Amino acid sequence: MIEWINVLVQGVLLGGLYALFAAGLSLIFGVMRLVNIAHGDLIILAAYLGLSTTIMFGVHPFAAALLVLPVMAIIGYVLQRGILNQTLGPDILPPLLVTFGLSVIIQNALLEGYSADPQKLSAGAIETASVNVGSLTIGILPLLTFAIAVAVIAGLQWMFYSTALGRGFRAVSDNQDIAQLMGLNKAHVFGLAMALALAVTGIAGILLGIRTSFDPSIGGGRLIFGFEAVIIGGLGNIWGTLAGGVILGVAQTIGAKIDPGWQVLAGHIAFLVVLAIRPNGLFPRVQH
Amino acid sequence: MSDPILSLSKLNAYYGDFQALYGVDMDIHAGEVVAIIGANGAGKSTLMRSISGLMSNASDQVRFKGEAIGSLRADEVAYRGLALVPEGRQLFPSLSVEENLMLGGKVGRAGPWSLDTVFELFPVLQERRKQASTSLSGGQQQMVAIGRALMANPEVILFDEISLGLAPVIIKTIYDALPGIIGGGMTALVVEQDISKALEVSSRVFCLQEGRVSLAGATHDVTRDQITAAYFGVVA
Amino acid sequence: MRSPAVYRATRASRIAMVVAALGLIVLAAAPWWAGRADLRLMGEVFLYLSLACLWNLMAGYAGLVSVGQQAFVGFGGYMLFALTIFGGLPPIAAILIGGLLAALLSIPIASLIFRLKGAYFAIGTWVVAEVFRLTFAQIASLGGGSGTSLPVGIVRSLADGRSAREALSYWLALGAAIVVVSAVYLFLRSRRGLALTAIRDSEVAASGLGIDIWRTKLEVYVVTSAFTAIIGGLIFLQKLRISPDAAFSVNDWTAFVIFIVVIGGIGTLEGPIIGTLLFFLLRETLADFGTIYLMVLGVVAIVVMLKAPKGVWGLIRDRYDLELFPLSYRIKLNDPKDP
Ligand SMILES: Nc1ncnc2c1ncn2[C@@H]1O[C@H](COP(=O)(O)OP(=O)(O)O)[C@@H](O)[C@H]1O
Ligand SMILES: [Mg+2]
Repeated sequence: MIEWINVLVQGVLLGGLYALFAAGLSLIFGVMRLVNIAHGDLIILAAYLGLSTTIMFGVHPFAAALLVLPVMAIIGYVLQRGILNQTLGPDILPPLLVTFGLSVIIQNALLEGYSADPQKLSAGAIETASVNVGSLTIGILPLLTFAIAVAVIAGLQWMFYSTALGRGFRAVSDNQDIAQLMGLNKAHVFGLAMALALAVTGIAGILLGIRTSFDPSIGGGRLIFGFEAVIIGGLGNIWGTLAGGVILGVAQTIGAKIDPGWQVLAGHIAFLVVLAIRPNGLFPRVQH
Repeated sequence: MSDPILSLSKLNAYYGDFQALYGVDMDIHAGEVVAIIGANGAGKSTLMRSISGLMSNASDQVRFKGEAIGSLRADEVAYRGLALVPEGRQLFPSLSVEENLMLGGKVGRAGPWSLDTVFELFPVLQERRKQASTSLSGGQQQMVAIGRALMANPEVILFDEISLGLAPVIIKTIYDALPGIIGGGMTALVVEQDISKALEVSSRVFCLQEGRVSLAGATHDVTRDQITAAYFGVVA
Repeated sequence: MRSPAVYRATRASRIAMVVAALGLIVLAAAPWWAGRADLRLMGEVFLYLSLACLWNLMAGYAGLVSVGQQAFVGFGGYMLFALTIFGGLPPIAAILIGGLLAALLSIPIASLIFRLKGAYFAIGTWVVAEVFRLTFAQIASLGGGSGTSLPVGIVRSLADGRSAREALSYWLALGAAIVVVSAVYLFLRSRRGLALTAIRDSEVAASGLGIDIWRTKLEVYVVTSAFTAIIGGLIFLQKLRISPDAAFSVNDWTAFVIFIVVIGGIGTLEGPIIGTLLFFLLRETLADFGTIYLMVLGVVAIVVMLKAPKGVWGLIRDRYDLELFPLSYRIKLNDPKDP
């Protein structure tokens, strides 16, 4: 019994990481209807940037985040204004194929720069620290990851619904032309949205790098986890994304408990089941 | 006479291969209220889109205070002091009434209009400021659309069919509010299919027919027959 | 009075037919004139050409942008191994049955992932491919995660001697390419094919014409899945060894194919052919550079998508008004003086 409760708790906490993978995807889809196939590779890029920063300056990965986040944000802004804005329009092929191309480029650039050897960010004592709750042992790092995910999502929610920036995001998402009439330059607004999304991706990348080892090839898998969390939670609902991440995480830990080879497969199956019974996700945004 | 605040010269506009405006010339002076009339499909909205920057044209086809703005983006035009109340209101459904208005103030130009003065003009909006803009009646939505444009404190405001689809009593309320807007010296272009409403508030009138100016003159000079001819293209 | 005549074939397309027929004879004779390495390379070219045509049919005509076609390549490959090893079937029968099974399997898959729109559909197909990969990695009798080789007995049963086997493998690849290219061409000329083009150009218009969009897309999905699985079987008949990572590789069976189609010209029949030739040209010249080569491919694909969305073939066609596979009708005003 306690074993299964433990599985459940680990799954929920793992879901926090997946929600972080998903939050950026969800944000840019919400603002500009763009699905970024390179999202997973950008997460891995952030992990490598974290690695280089920790090595170069001899700092803790959390300190490295202070550099990685702004760098990711700048990459996001430049990428959006330089390339992705040109792909937006009624046709879905250009954004899809261009981000797919980006994915291949990033992956191979990382391979060229860092080789295929698995790497890890070392965060010292925090990696193994844990607290005991009753007879459960909960790792500090997963707990912290989950707390950060909740904070990031709450922050995004606040930004989206209570700030001038968020108002601009919603307006451009509603009607690009009319937003432009109000003095919003959509190219710039989209750039800001991508910058923010990649800053969140930076957080995800660093936490991923501390938690597990990574190599340039694993980006696709992270994209899929993020995507599954978004769809399970329901498009356009950012708290739903957290719920989606948690469901995915729990499905994976249950799968892994039954047979270690089933971890990822169980997550995919949970996703397909949700798609079969609730095609709009569990918590689709209410239309008013 | 002083230089025009807004001037169009040989303005052409296209939707792909289709030409919607043919060499439209127009000079608008500061403080004027000008009516643009014309049948459905004559090109009135296209004209509004061209002036406001939603459609891009050759740079010197549109001049605002002497500056060639024909090829600027809509947001750049907005910052220069030109606002459009678009046809069909086009509020942002994800934004509340107040947020719609605040977004209108994004360009941050100084002037008499603010949330408070807009609420004074349309008191009913104050009560509904927190509501989703989609929950309002058509007339109230039109008030938001007008207030949103005013929030930019523009020097020239363009109204595209603000009476479209509204009940006569609502239209009256909205047109009754116009003097309060224009009285402050704002220049206005009023597009209407409802000719009498347009003529009532304007001092000059242009009629468009199939993308061309078919009549131009002072409101009190043009006759009904001239308008009918210019409107429908029949020789009276 | 000039009366307009409507026709499809053009001079260029008729010349292309003759050249193609001659070319095919030369290609069919390749086992007698080409070296072993070249024969192998050409076989690979034909298999990639087939995958590219199929992906182009889905993405360029039916609007089904998949990044998960490796699901069916790998499935076809695994069926070859499973049906020959456990079912005792001859390899070619196993490959064909693999195609049939893929068609059956694709129906429930479609009913799930067709719920996802646009780009989300694309990622959905990828999830399905991952499910396939992870599932086959669990099957111990097929070597689990490390995979398995085709038993020598089965390889021998194909033909006597190594060169005969290699020739057979080559002919199968050539034959598959011919079948796929002609099938796609004939399909696009058919009523349903025209319906597809109508869907691509406007879903609203197509549904107004009484075309069942969902059903037409489903048919394309099922048929492409079957063909893709058959090509997958042929690919692994050439390789003689299979593993989950090789069979369900997104880079090998989807990324390359997408680059081929995008660079050649998406939504055209000629595009995949040109794209395949360019791809192999690039690969043979840059292969030594490994990752750089992939980055170059990615950059080229992005530039093409942004600057020339109809690809290399689109550029050629716009410039010379050529059409090698006459799909569109042309109208010619007949001048009475010049009958
Ligand atoms: N988005 C568009 N694409 C193509 N044609 C358009 C578009 N919008 C308007 N038109 C055409 O341009 C002409 C002028 O339209 P519009 O300016 O909307 O007229 P009005 O506002 O006077 O009713 C009409 O013939 C209309 O069909
Ligand atoms: Mg109009």
